[in-house]
Amino acid sequence: MNGVLHQLFSGLATGGIYASLALALVMIYRATELVNFAQGEMAMFSTYLAWSMINAGLPYWPAFLLTIGVSFLAAAVIQLAIIRPLAGAPVLASVIVFIGLLLVFNSIAGWIFGYTIKTFPSPFPSEPLWANSYISTHEVGAIGVTLALLAILFAFFRWTELGLTMRAAAENPVSSRLVGIRVARMVALGWGLAAALGAVAGMMVAPIIFLDPNMMSGVLLYAFAAALLGGIDNPWGAVLGGFSLGIVENLLGAYLIGTELKMTVALAIIVLVLVVKPSGVFGRTVLTRV
Amino acid sequence: MTSLLEASDLRAFYGSTEVLHQLAFSVGEGTITALLGANGAGKTTTLRAICGLVRSSGEVRFAGTPIGGRATEDIVRLGIAHVPEGRGTFLSFTVEENLRLGAHVRRDKSQRRSDIDRLYGYFPILAERRRQQAGTLSGGEQQMLALSRALMSRPRLLLLDEPSLGLAPIVVQEIFRIMRRINAEERMSILLVEQNVNLALGLSDHAYLLETGRLALSGPSKELRQHEAVRRSYLGY
Repeated sequence: MNGVLHQLFSGLATGGIYASLALALVMIYRATELVNFAQGEMAMFSTYLAWSMINAGLPYWPAFLLTIGVSFLAAAVIQLAIIRPLAGAPVLASVIVFIGLLLVFNSIAGWIFGYTIKTFPSPFPSEPLWANSYISTHEVGAIGVTLALLAILFAFFRWTELGLTMRAAAENPVSSRLVGIRVARMVALGWGLAAALGAVAGMMVAPIIFLDPNMMSGVLLYAFAAALLGGIDNPWGAVLGGFSLGIVENLLGAYLIGTELKMTVALAIIVLVLVVKPSGVFGRTVLTRV
Repeated sequence: MTSLLEASDLRAFYGSTEVLHQLAFSVGEGTITALLGANGAGKTTTLRAICGLVRSSGEVRFAGTPIGGRATEDIVRLGIAHVPEGRGTFLSFTVEENLRLGAHVRRDKSQRRSDIDRLYGYFPILAERRRQQAGTLSGGEQQMLALSRALMSRPRLLLLDEPSLGLAPIVVQEIFRIMRRINAEERMSILLVEQNVNLALGLSDHAYLLETGRLALSGPSKELRQHEAVRRSYLGY
């Protein structure tokens, strides 16, 4: 029983990370109907950035915040400089650019930081809370940080003027332009927010899976499966999908198929969703007249 | 009468195909002007060209300022509000959020509340539905919402694309009655695109008739109503 609880809790912790990254994917998908395949690598790069800052002597939390800020800005610039000129181009062109970005980030990280696996510090104490044996303090902290972040984002989109404007730009770009919303800026802002989310996910997962240029490939796959499971255009679905996939992955890994085949679960879920219910559990079916 | 909007030699393109050919028209300050014509005549494209939503050439002046080639978002800021084809409602937002979005370009956010209430005065049904999702409104209510959303920016010129489309005659009459009131009470100039020629000629002061992207006829609406060809082709008597 202890074992199951342990797996459940650590599933929640990784699930929160999948949820954050899945939400980042959904945010960009809603604004542009494209899936940013480079989201994971951008998060990886952000994590390296944090690692460099901490190594240079900066305390953890300032490095954490600074990384979020820099990631936000860098992503907004990438969107404006590289992605925006592709507006109106065929989907395949954008996909190729996303894959190109993925490779570029991966290679640059390898080039600068090397491919040896590094440890990444956790801001939380190493002894478990109240001496429990189910969950490490870092996992509790990661869940807390994820939930806080989701709450902030929810409040931002729900109650602020800018959040309202960004949602409008994503839902109906033409109508938004006609009421004067600068849609291109909103999309760049969305990219920034998504990258900030990714950066937090990267920094929270790195103490668990360690830091190397390929660390996010598995995480992104799970995030992608989570987003699809919840419905690629539904933020709540993505969050729920993320948490449930984290749990399922851990339980299956521990009791059924072993850790070697964990990655296959993500693939199986992606295929299953696409075959059985392409709109996901909470997604919206879009009908197009042709 | 001075003209608020003046277009000359206006052409518009879809890809490399020219779809509007050397249009020239104007909208007088405080008047209602109608753009009439059959399906595919280029009425919607004309509105889209004014707002910078399609590639166009030629000269368009708004209150003396050339606006050709400007971004849509900037044209809105100059005081042109456009209710697009299909109404452009933000379907997953509430009625009131739609109105708030309409006021996006306004700097004086403090007056937004009183503006919303003023529009609820014109359309009491919207006040009843203020917390409802806009996508659940009926067609007529959505048209009222679209009109209100456009008015929230306090435009000097309102571009309306087929406000009667898909609505029951009684709802259309109601909407046209309120448009007349808004025009009279707020001195709002309106450029109206309509397929319902009879209705549009009844409401407007001046009208232009488009045929396959060219100006076929223009004049005061009263005179066009009597015009032989208009009567036979569009009014059916």
